Amino acid sequence: MIYQFIVFAPLLGAIIAGVAGTRFGSQILNATLSKVVTTGLLFLSAILSWVVFMNIGFGDSPDQTVQLFRWMEVGDMKADWALKIDTLTAVMLVVVNSVSALVHLYSWGYMSDDKYQPRFFAYLSLFTFAMLMLVTADDFIQLFFGWEGVGLASYLLIGYYYKKPSANAAAIKAFVTNRVGDVGLALGIMTIFLMFGSVKFDTVFAALEGGADTILPFLWMEFNALELIAFLLFIGAMGKSAQFVLHVWLPDAMEGPTPVSALIHAATMVTAGVFLVCRAHPIFELAPVTSGFITTVGAFTALFAASVALVQNDIKRVIAYSTCSQLGYMFFAAGVGAYNAAMFHLFTHAFFKALLFLCAGSVIHALHHEQDMRKMGGIWKKVPWTYGAMIIGTLAITGIGIPGSYTWGFAGFFSKDAIIEAAYAARGDTNAAIFAFWIGITAALMTSFYSWRLIFMTFHGKFRGEQHTLDHAHESPWNMRVPLVLLSIGAVFAGAVFHKYFMKDYGGFWHGALPAVDGEHHASISNTLYAAAETTASDAHYADDHAPSGPFGWLFKMVHGYPYWVLLLPLVASVTGFVVAYFMYVRGSVTAKIDNIKETGGSPLYNFLLNKWYVDELYDATVVRAVRKLGDIFWKIGDVRIIDGLGPNGVAKLASGAAKRVSKLQTGYLYHYAFVMLLGVALLILVAFRGTTGG
Amino acid sequence: MLEDLPILSFITFIPLAGALLLALFAWLGKAEGREQLERNAPRAALVISIAVLILSILMTLDFDSTKAGFQFMEDTPWLGGGIEYRVGVDGISVLFVLLTAFLTPFCILASMTSVKKRMLEYMIAFLVLETLMIGVFVALDLILFYLFFEAVLIPMFIIIGVWGGKNRVYASYKFFLYTLLGSVLMLAAILWIYNYSGIQLGERTTDMRVLIEELKIPGGAQTWLWLAFFASFAVKMPMWPVHTWLPDAHVEAPTAGSVILAGILLKLGGYGFLRFSIPLFPEASLNLAPIIFWMSVIAIIYTSLVAYRQNDMKKLIAYSSVAHMGFVTMGIFTFNMQGIQGGIFQMLSHGIISGALFFCVGVIYDRMHTREISFYGGLVSKMPVYAALFLLFTMANVGLPGTSGFVGEILTMVGAYQVSPWIAFGAAIGMILSAVYALHLYRAVIFGEVVNDKLDDILDVTRTELFILGTLAFFTILLGVYPSLITDVTAASVEKLIADFNAAQIAAGVQ
Repeated sequence: MIYQFIVFAPLLGAIIAGVAGTRFGSQILNATLSKVVTTGLLFLSAILSWVVFMNIGFGDSPDQTVQLFRWMEVGDMKADWALKIDTLTAVMLVVVNSVSALVHLYSWGYMSDDKYQPRFFAYLSLFTFAMLMLVTADDFIQLFFGWEGVGLASYLLIGYYYKKPSANAAAIKAFVTNRVGDVGLALGIMTIFLMFGSVKFDTVFAALEGGADTILPFLWMEFNALELIAFLLFIGAMGKSAQFVLHVWLPDAMEGPTPVSALIHAATMVTAGVFLVCRAHPIFELAPVTSGFITTVGAFTALFAASVALVQNDIKRVIAYSTCSQLGYMFFAAGVGAYNAAMFHLFTHAFFKALLFLCAGSVIHALHHEQDMRKMGGIWKKVPWTYGAMIIGTLAITGIGIPGSYTWGFAGFFSKDAIIEAAYAARGDTNAAIFAFWIGITAALMTSFYSWRLIFMTFHGKFRGEQHTLDHAHESPWNMRVPLVLLSIGAVFAGAVFHKYFMKDYGGFWHGALPAVDGEHHASISNTLYAAAETTASDAHYADDHAPSGPFGWLFKMVHGYPYWVLLLPLVASVTGFVVAYFMYVRGSVTAKIDNIKETGGSPLYNFLLNKWYVDELYDATVVRAVRKLGDIFWKIGDVRIIDGLGPNGVAKLASGAAKRVSKLQTGYLYHYAFVMLLGVALLILVAFRGTTGG
Repeated sequence: MLEDLPILSFITFIPLAGALLLALFAWLGKAEGREQLERNAPRAALVISIAVLILSILMTLDFDSTKAGFQFMEDTPWLGGGIEYRVGVDGISVLFVLLTAFLTPFCILASMTSVKKRMLEYMIAFLVLETLMIGVFVALDLILFYLFFEAVLIPMFIIIGVWGGKNRVYASYKFFLYTLLGSVLMLAAILWIYNYSGIQLGERTTDMRVLIEELKIPGGAQTWLWLAFFASFAVKMPMWPVHTWLPDAHVEAPTAGSVILAGILLKLGGYGFLRFSIPLFPEASLNLAPIIFWMSVIAIIYTSLVAYRQNDMKKLIAYSSVAHMGFVTMGIFTFNMQGIQGGIFQMLSHGIISGALFFCVGVIYDRMHTREISFYGGLVSKMPVYAALFLLFTMANVGLPGTSGFVGEILTMVGAYQVSPWIAFGAAIGMILSAVYALHLYRAVIFGEVVNDKLDDILDVTRTELFILGTLAFFTILLGVYPSLITDVTAASVEKLIADFNAAQIAAGVQ
């Protein structure tokens, strides 16, 4: 029952709050009650999730699947409503419910001026329910239910301020872009059913070996079946997790209230794509080409999004692009087969990214809904709690820690380094991996720069907005500060505490839900991607034995199976980013100039980045325009001119005087028409009847 | 128990009897009693349609879904010469009877306030319509079927022509012209079959049971007969490119007329394919299936794009119906369980969803007397409950999992994928486009500021409207979460349909 409660409590909350939001409900329940109910249920769910997580990951509670009831059964196609609980799910339960509960609480303060709070809380809880259905799915169809369910909730929450045209546009953009990905996912599921006659995870994964050499036609090409499936599933993941090409919706999604950005567009929903790849890792392991593609797309997105974040001035957009970039990291980890590193980063990222968003929300709240960092500055004394929490979040995302140590470091230090190391370790297997490794380092530098730039522009220097905004600036109430504190704890310790479990499968943490890939464990991985793992291992020994001496010899000394410079480089990148940002924005006076740049136009590169590589413009000019044009052509030329012109209208014109006759068909005459028709039918039947019996 | 009664005849003809009774009162009554009659007619019609609904529910509950054959058979002498009054239902038709009986009371309920003139005649037309629609689904004799199938147009024609909008004459004319073409060809085909049954079986008959089980039509003739039936069914579906009557008919029809049109009449074509085209002409069905697939995929993409550009709410939903019917035809001609079951499911689910969407349009049309999308905007501030219900149906139309719209779409696509990934891919593009047009409509009508001050005093749903939309919402979700309610009933009959079809292919291969 505990599992059912965890998943369905948020749904119950959503229904109660939803009813309370209507004019019928508001007579029975007041708005406060709906807040208390949803938040209370979410906290219960979150606590129970931690209990489950402890029991599954650290205790001996077995993996299990709770069958609820049959969803569809049509021919061989069977899908159940079920809750699959293993370590992978348990991790997601913890992430989703913890962040969701804290965001619920935070929203008490953040949304306190809003007129429609029950609706807001209903959406938040509905989202949580859909997300939980996604992560507990035991077949692809239920996963798809959750997948599109979170899309709906996201649509509703992005468009929460429904009076703003920009919010409505962003909501539709998010839904439609996600749908493009969903089509890939749906086609992937269809291919799975065609190949294996089932959509159930366990059945499909058990049958994979048999399908490894099958060639399937798809559109005008032929593919290896597993590569095709993996590729189509990944298209879905690209949509949901905002990877390059399908990333355009995520920055616009910031139109939603900030708590929503923290929950949906940072910590949980956008990580669903990563979860999908990890859940279906047996397929991806057997699809090396697609895995290489994932690595490339992930790495490219990490770089692209970080580069755009460098110059954005909207505080939320910076963090949104940052999210996009971090998701890129998770994907290239998954692409090189380090699914546990991807999940580990997903886990730590949920804490520090939610923290950063909530801090940004706290700043926005303090400054009367100002989001433009050009109109901020020097407010750290006004909002000390927020400032402190945001520093912690920034230290976490920029990956500050002691290289080679498994104890000292912020959350992001462990997980991001694990990803970069995994890419390095896989360098012998694919070219994509070494590409990803260097991009990972470069993006880390950019991450550090834009994160510190955000801190400096927001909290340091002189206030650049209107004086009375500053006068009224205030620290947020307790219900907003408590989530900040709790998430800060996560952002500090989540990496150090859980590293050995996620990365080294300590104590059999994963129970086989994910392969535990780590530099030191490479040789033990039975993974086609890692056929070359042996080489890596022997490389390591070689390096160990022949550690070059001399002044820089220590850089090549092997630590945890990697040369020391590999461990050191991310930190160097991070510190460099900080230093550059510091000199530009604190010691220098770049902030003052930004306004002018906007007026006069910056360098071509600056404009290119500021305009997000002009991807939106490109889509508007091509896809969006084409859809409108085609719609008009099909309607006005296809339907009206050709079909109607040749069909009914043409016939009418052909018969001489038909136009007159048609116009005679006034109301009263219609009876005649009908009568004539009935007569005609009767006559025909009579003729037929006579003709056949008589003749 | 029900087996002993001519239950299907009751269900079919009670509405007609009611209509005749109403007509008789009108004829006998004095002029001054007319007003009272006008007032009471809807209530009487409602009681009659509810009685039919109850009987239909009882019949469905009593229906044995483990059996594939026809049940509640009635076989009474009628015209002679092998043409008799034969009715019965199997898993494919029984739920359509229920759907018809389910939607009609709502239509009558909704019409009570929205119809302003000739209430009595309107109710008579609706009751006659119900009889004819149910007749189509229960008829198991070719001639009887043809009679119902064609006659069903007459009341619809009248409803549009008398109670319709400004351009009702043009719409009725177009509707008539399209249908006429198909009818003539189908009648010729029926007569050919009747004649041929005499040659092959020794005795002429139009008994569907005999024709399905025993008649073997040679391959060449099958093609022509298939095309003749196709002409009629394709117009009714409607399939691209013979769909242009539908948007006009919807725009001009009164709300309840649109609900019936979208909810039931569009299903006659799909039902016809399942009941006649596939069992009678299996070889031709297989050979000509590619035509259907391409027409379906074109319909899905083309009409979705057209829907996106519409300014009239009803036209938009009408075009979206054409796209959704594309999924149905695509599914039916896959000849596998997922495809056909999905096609049937999609028809039933679309009956509920599109019916609900037309009711939704009706709600605001009754208040503002316009369906122009740009007239509205910001309704959520004024009508929150309406906005919530409309959202649910919009999402169901988009095919969101958890609503019945999803089940039909995914099953037909899974079915189509087994035939060719191309078809499934084309249909999947429709998934994106449906989101584009549906969300565009929802945003324009519901979200944004209220800019039109005529909307300042608009009221949220009334109790009747809430009851209608709430019930439909309930079934939309119920069937989305537990579709077995439908698929279990249809499974045995569809299995038999496919088994017969495959056997026929093998037999044809041997010859």
